[in-house]
Amino acid sequence: MSVSVEPKSVEVPEGETADALRPHAENAFAGELAALAAQDDRPRPARWKLSPWAVATYLLGGTLPDGTVITPKYVGPRRLVEVAVTTLATDRALLLLGVPGTAKTWVSEHLAAAVSGDSTLLVQGTAGTPEEAIRYGWNYAQLLAHGPSRDALVPSPVMRAMAEGMTARVEELTRIPADVQDTLITILSEKTLPIPELGQEVQAVRGFNLIATANDRDRGVNDLSSALRRRFNTVVLPLPESVEAEVDIVSRRVDQIGRSLDLPAVPDGIAEIRRVVTVFRELRDGVTADGRTKLKSPSGTLSTAEAISVVTSGLALAAHFGDGVLRAGDVAAGILGAVVRDPAADRVIWQEYLEAVVRERDGWKDFYRACREVSA
Amino acid sequence: MTGVEETAGRWPGRGPLLLGVRHHGPGSARAVRAALAAARPEVVLIEGPPEADALIPLAADEDMRPPVALLAHAVDEPGRSAFWPLAEFSPEWVAIRWALEHEVPARFIDLPAAHTLAWGSDAATEPEDGTSAGADAPVPDAQVRVDPLAVLAETAGYDDPERWWEDVVEHRGGTAGTEGDTGDPFAPFTVLEEAMGALREAFGTGGHDKDLVREAYMRLQTRAAQREFGDAVAVVCGAWHVPALRRRTTVAADKGLLKGLPKVRTDMTWVPWTHRRLARHSGYGAGIDSPGWYGHLFGAPDRPVERWLTKVAGLLREEDRMVSSAHVIEAVRLAETLAAMRGRPLAGLTETTDAVRAVMCEGSDVPLALVHDRLVVGDVLGEVPQAAPAVPLQRDLDRIQRRLRLKPEALERELELDLRKDTDAERSRLLHRLTLLGVAWGEPVASRGSTGTFRETWRLRWEPELAVRVAEAGVWGTTVLAAATAKAESDAVAAPGLADVTGLAERCLLAELPDALPTVTRVLTDRAALDTDVGHLAQALPALVRSLRYGDVRGTDTGALTEVAAGLAERIFVGLPPACTALDTDAAEEMRRHVDAVHSAVGLLGEAPAAAHADLRQRWHAVLRVLSARDTMPGVIRGRAVRLLLDGGELAQDEAARLMGLVLSPGTPPADAAAWIEGFVGGGSGGGMLLVHDERLLALVDAWLTGVPAEAFTDVLPLLRRTFSAYEPGVRRTLGELVRRGPGSTRRTASTGTGIPGFAPDLDSGRADAVLPVLRLLLGPDAAEKGADNDLVGVTR
Repeated sequence: MSVSVEPKSVEVPEGETADALRPHAENAFAGELAALAAQDDRPRPARWKLSPWAVATYLLGGTLPDGTVITPKYVGPRRLVEVAVTTLATDRALLLLGVPGTAKTWVSEHLAAAVSGDSTLLVQGTAGTPEEAIRYGWNYAQLLAHGPSRDALVPSPVMRAMAEGMTARVEELTRIPADVQDTLITILSEKTLPIPELGQEVQAVRGFNLIATANDRDRGVNDLSSALRRRFNTVVLPLPESVEAEVDIVSRRVDQIGRSLDLPAVPDGIAEIRRVVTVFRELRDGVTADGRTKLKSPSGTLSTAEAISVVTSGLALAAHFGDGVLRAGDVAAGILGAVVRDPAADRVIWQEYLEAVVRERDGWKDFYRACREVSA
Repeated sequence: MTGVEETAGRWPGRGPLLLGVRHHGPGSARAVRAALAAARPEVVLIEGPPEADALIPLAADEDMRPPVALLAHAVDEPGRSAFWPLAEFSPEWVAIRWALEHEVPARFIDLPAAHTLAWGSDAATEPEDGTSAGADAPVPDAQVRVDPLAVLAETAGYDDPERWWEDVVEHRGGTAGTEGDTGDPFAPFTVLEEAMGALREAFGTGGHDKDLVREAYMRLQTRAAQREFGDAVAVVCGAWHVPALRRRTTVAADKGLLKGLPKVRTDMTWVPWTHRRLARHSGYGAGIDSPGWYGHLFGAPDRPVERWLTKVAGLLREEDRMVSSAHVIEAVRLAETLAAMRGRPLAGLTETTDAVRAVMCEGSDVPLALVHDRLVVGDVLGEVPQAAPAVPLQRDLDRIQRRLRLKPEALERELELDLRKDTDAERSRLLHRLTLLGVAWGEPVASRGSTGTFRETWRLRWEPELAVRVAEAGVWGTTVLAAATAKAESDAVAAPGLADVTGLAERCLLAELPDALPTVTRVLTDRAALDTDVGHLAQALPALVRSLRYGDVRGTDTGALTEVAAGLAERIFVGLPPACTALDTDAAEEMRRHVDAVHSAVGLLGEAPAAAHADLRQRWHAVLRVLSARDTMPGVIRGRAVRLLLDGGELAQDEAARLMGLVLSPGTPPADAAAWIEGFVGGGSGGGMLLVHDERLLALVDAWLTGVPAEAFTDVLPLLRRTFSAYEPGVRRTLGELVRRGPGSTRRTASTGTGIPGFAPDLDSGRADAVLPVLRLLLGPDAAEKGADNDLVGVTR
């Protein structure tokens, strides 16, 4: 077979990013990075653009001695960021775990941008990610014309990061098939990537490291083998700490989505959003908001992202079929779908929740009725 | 203050050697040991109650294992007490042991407990200060006070005083790993004394007003020791007190401060202590967060971080988590890099914990909680030699025994209690409380003759080893009531199953421990909420409802418990139908028993005065209806549900017959039908009488039985035999006769239709009249005459 597709260069020339829909972190925050680098007098690991301390400051925000304000990129426990940055400074790879919507990708991008000044060495993990995406592929035209050589080799982002001592990123590690995942083991433990076709190898240069992100509560993913797990230090990014923070995230995001879907504006949804977020949080945490009653947690993720989708579909219902106001009935079906993933066990949990918590709660009568209607 | 630093490594010269420490600080303990070894004083004075001087030699006993506590209690009032806990890594303990090993006298020089306990009556007892931050304060009221350590830490730019102390004091020499290091053994004390001196100048007593008195007493004692031994006196006390002890005051002024202090008669003893109680979160006011970690820091000869992480790995391996040596290596590296990044001299507990989470626990907090519980806090339990004086619990028990005229006798005897009498009720409570404490003096036995809830029978026997049990129970408190309450609370938290907690709730009511009840109730609610096995819930409910009724008899407030019971019932209602599907025969039989138990419990609960749960019975009936109607349920449960509804008057006889006909029709597998019959009329539920009186039902059974195919009959037979053999002989005979009379009678019943099944359509007035004289005799002439007709109809029905 002589299928020869000229692989396109992934290089994006500098300076072209101004018009990009979404600029990379290192471009968007180039000013802050430069200011940090200028002020940073602490020791830097080999090929790091900043010291670990400055990287942590870049993520968490702060004010530099000269008055430059660094905006916080991640709002969350300082401890987590410190562990993440420290991990990158050792030769262990970093695994960011968390349910969807906990800013895993965001943190990984900014870490790479701050450490290596380049967040584009990225492998997007999917069920169809081939080994070539992690190791290397071939330029078949070159291969046929000149035989195997380094010129015919198409390096993966990981390979390039190894050769140049940069930070590589792997998104959604657990979606990658298990056999492809295992390719990473040699890279992470031996720090080398053999190329048996050429009898050569690429050895990682000091400064190389890898950040992977993965979903820890989603179903149907390829769990990491313990051999691979052992190569990672794991940092779990938590869900928003307070109801207020989560309501804020949900309502802002819903607003954005609503506009992009051209949904008619629906006023006063905030009370219903708060209710959805409360239900999600209570079931997720296994305890009521007042901390007085314990609950069973259903098998679903109940992430912030799901709360967003429940509210969005509720808005669509209200706008197209309802009276234009987001009501309990509009979100009830969505909530039921999000909570009851396992028809037997989750349904019991949901009914217990309805009977023990929702029924007794002041001002939730309409919600209780709506839920009873859809669960009956 | 300046005299100290002149001579390094030897006796520091003028005045007593003042060693300011932080209680329970391993670094302080190590420094004290080094300083004592270098100075070799002739007497060691230690901050602590002087009444305990006589107990000091016990510390050398080989049966004495820290953590232990000195316990002072008022003789007449064992409930008033104070503890001075000492762990292996407490500087005071190190000083005592050093003195004993070198045959140097050791003395306690703090204000006598006689005074501190007497203070305790009007204000919270506070024999210790906040500098120490890990102190012997039994009842601290620290909010209003200045925490000197926090001030120092804040000055140094730390947000957490504990961490500051760790960095500055406890971790000193940790990396070198040796205590006999080359540095000046007195230097840490000098530095600390200066810092504390500055603080005390700024804050005075910082709100610790009683400190002035205590310090005056300590000064007097120090002076007395100086007169006796010269300057070779070492004082180990909280760093906070050092500047005060250094100060020159007149004897008269000190004595003046001590004049007219209140006093109570006190007793001291050693009691075993635990790491858990040393930890702050056990409710013991001033304590330390991480006794296990401190113990490790003190005990580890070198490389504390490496050793600690190896220990953690060992624990996780025991719990079947895969942790390799490579994990330990990586964790050590991460911890050290983190410490460097955070600018700390040595990886502390925070860093190692972060490293363990990221490397060994895959970011999860669940195994980490285990590490915290087992290692950071630790399970260490102290031991006290036999020779230690009796604990106050024993005294309290003696007093109660005298008051209730209940002598401990080795001879076995039975005791009948009538709970309506005050003394007997108190005796019952005492025995229940002792049982809770593991002091098995009395054993409840079934009452003879009377079955009323106000009677109890106990078999009493006092074995000599029960005294040991009492001593052991002394850990829980100083009075029987307090100890039983603490024990019940701890048992509730540790109880493995839901049924254990309900049992405990029952015992709490019997022993009347109202203070323990909230904890037990909370644990109960949590367990019930998280238990997914309806069987467990159903098991727990009857005991709970039973305790509610006991509570009623004894006049206890059981409102909270009623709430729990109602909540439990709700959960059972929701969970029961799904739990009843796909069961095998044995499981179905067990579930049937649960249904029965819940039914009677709901019946009792429905009677409870709480109006909020008035609809419980209706909801239960709705559940029963669901159970009876669903084909996927095992036959035995469906049959039982129909029967319960029928008995409750929720289902008409016709409807029951229809349901039975449905089940017994040819479409149903014979085994399932037989199970239904067992559920409906089986067991000791009086089902036989039902069949005798409702011939329609009997006919249905009869018709079905004759229609069972031959090959299925052998399968059905054991079930039927079990069902019918449980009937009383009389019922069995009547049934047999009815069946022998055969289809004729069935036809007769079926043809009349409108009459009550099993009865003729018209009243046989001759036979009815014959009953009247007896009824009149039973009801009295008046009642019988008033509404004879109506009553009779009711009765015959």
